[in-house]
Amino acid sequence: MSAITDPPKGGFHLSMLIYDSRYRSMTIQIVTLMLFMLGVAWLINNAAENLARLGKPLSFGFLWEPAGYDINQKLIEYNSQMSNARAALVGLLNTLLVAALGCITATILGVTIGVLRLSNNWLVARLMTVYVETIRNVPVLLWIALTMAAIIHSLPQPKAFRGDNATASMIGDAVAITNRGVYIPKPVLHDGSLIVIGVFLLSIVAMFVFGKWAKAHQAATGQILPTFWIKLGIFFVPAILTFFVMGNPITLEYPALKGFNFKGGFHIRNSLIALWLALSLYTAAFIAEAVRAGIMAVSKGQSEAAAALGLRSSWTMNLIVLPQALRVIMPPMISQFLNLTKNSSLAIAVGYMDITGTLGGITLNQTGREMECILLLMLCYLIISLIVSSVMNWYNNSVKLKER
Amino acid sequence: MKKTTFLGTVAAAAMVAGVAGAGTLDDIKAKGFLQCGVSTGLVGFAAADANGNWGGFDVAVCRAVAAAVLGDAQAVKFTPTTGKTRFTALASGEVDMLARNTTWTFTRDVDLKFTFVGVNYYDGQGFMAPKSLGVTSAKDLDGATICIQTGTTTELNLADYFRSNNISYEPVPVETNSEAQQQYLSGACDVLTTDASGLAATRATFEKPGDHVVLPEIISKEPLGPLVRHGDDNWADVVRWTLNALIAAEELGVTSANVSEMGMKAGNNPEINRLLGTEGGLGEKLGLSNDWAKNAIAAVGNYGEIFEKNIGENTPIGLSRGLNAQWTNGGLIYTPPFR
Repeated sequence: MSAITDPPKGGFHLSMLIYDSRYRSMTIQIVTLMLFMLGVAWLINNAAENLARLGKPLSFGFLWEPAGYDINQKLIEYNSQMSNARAALVGLLNTLLVAALGCITATILGVTIGVLRLSNNWLVARLMTVYVETIRNVPVLLWIALTMAAIIHSLPQPKAFRGDNATASMIGDAVAITNRGVYIPKPVLHDGSLIVIGVFLLSIVAMFVFGKWAKAHQAATGQILPTFWIKLGIFFVPAILTFFVMGNPITLEYPALKGFNFKGGFHIRNSLIALWLALSLYTAAFIAEAVRAGIMAVSKGQSEAAAALGLRSSWTMNLIVLPQALRVIMPPMISQFLNLTKNSSLAIAVGYMDITGTLGGITLNQTGREMECILLLMLCYLIISLIVSSVMNWYNNSVKLKER
Repeated sequence: MKKTTFLGTVAAAAMVAGVAGAGTLDDIKAKGFLQCGVSTGLVGFAAADANGNWGGFDVAVCRAVAAAVLGDAQAVKFTPTTGKTRFTALASGEVDMLARNTTWTFTRDVDLKFTFVGVNYYDGQGFMAPKSLGVTSAKDLDGATICIQTGTTTELNLADYFRSNNISYEPVPVETNSEAQQQYLSGACDVLTTDASGLAATRATFEKPGDHVVLPEIISKEPLGPLVRHGDDNWADVVRWTLNALIAAEELGVTSANVSEMGMKAGNNPEINRLLGTEGGLGEKLGLSNDWAKNAIAAVGNYGEIFEKNIGENTPIGLSRGLNAQWTNGGLIYTPPFR
């Protein structure tokens, strides 16, 4: 203890903040921070000042006034007499819907394309290269516009389904594909349908429980069960049995041409399809590259070792290569999901009413509250992105290399 | 020390803001051109020709103001704005005035802080449908898919009209008139709705205009006119009285053909004399030269000439004067006196 030298004696001088190397970096950082904060304060102050001069001080009261406009795609109850806040919520849900659909499709497509790009088949590998390079080197807005134009101009109008010499027909009298979107049958719930749904949900839980048990069983005894077929059985059989036992409590409502449009069933609008398709195809190209990089990052020795142990090639992929590749794939994948979510704000190009279209579009325009709407919009995207990234980071932590 | 710096910054910011807000008229004279917000392209009202020269009914108002202020009708730079961007462009000072089929409403005047200087076209919202659809009235449109330009009063009128008539519809929001046209022609929507004048202008560009019918219902009042920001009354006066001068010129029989002759020396009609600056000093009171109105009329013609040249019955758009006739002919076009 006595070996520690005493700190230098003598008083602290202000000049030491600059000339003493112990404090200098701290001083520079504090001064920079202060200048930065002053700059930000000036910008905020300038904005507030100018808004006040225009007679439009920041106020969020408009959110509770009636919106006055209609929205075509709404996942929750909405009409033009409800508030701007409600309209924003409708838009937010539409954003989340297209983001979720897009992320799922982009992942499936991206993983498939990424794996195929490494295929030994020359044609398949080259085709995938062409796909990746064309798609990701053109701005996504153009892909969205192109997809929409393709839908509008190439698919039949609803009136083409009408009359005796109709030029278009429904697929199996159940699905109608038109340039206004796709109409599919909608399930209608009757008495007892809740039991069927409950059984179905329980069987999903059972499927996972069985999976865990099978793994533990294999670890304990070395016996491998045909889990895929058993899981498939658990998934379908109980629900279908209950469905018939309860006397068909769920029926389908088919779309039918009535008046100007098809009525009944679900209407998946052309704007949603165009946006979903374009975002998925675009993001899939990036995910494919991440997947390819991940797989190539796993050293060849790993699969050779697996082969030496006598593992089948599918097992090698699932048990040896992919778990290690995931560690490399996940971080870029997270940013692709975030990109997709943010790119969905291009929805207005096809008239899809996402939150940029409602809060940042019509509400902004009809109320004239630019500053407030844009701030709220930024906050919404920030929160969505933070949630997506925290969920994905949690998953990333669970697959990454555990270092103890 | 920190606090004083902050206060200094605040003061500096306030000064910058103050300087930027000096008289719009002086700013325009200093920079030598007028920055005018117009639509992104609506034939007859505001559209650029093959050489990039803007022309049309709304563009003429911009040119008249430029002629009145700077003596040169070509000293205008046009900023194409969509229904969504127009108010931001005006409020932020990106444009000096907006002449873009904009409806004068309470909210826009009072809450958005704009000054509508007058009405240059009395319009109303209508519907257009293909003849083959067999629709004769807007009340038949239950369940129809309707294309609307987003960010317009149209959107709100439509919601109100269908709600009060208790019929359903599917709105398809589109950003610009050309997108609306594309969706409508490909059948992605059954009906197109906007101001009746806009429908006529759009239909005029179709390959077969005769295949489309404008439904008889006019569901709203849409007084369209030029507007400026709140807070600069002098500039608002300049734009207002330039518009009024065009209207007065038609009423008094002053045209682009005879204005130079009539403006040479004072004639028998004192109001024409005051308008053309041969008597009194109305122009100076606005902060302009006394021949301001003469320049404006010489450049673009009077109100009637502008109407006939751009959207009148002899043009492809083929609008009749109707409500937009002079008050002396049973219309609503009326200017306060030049006195």
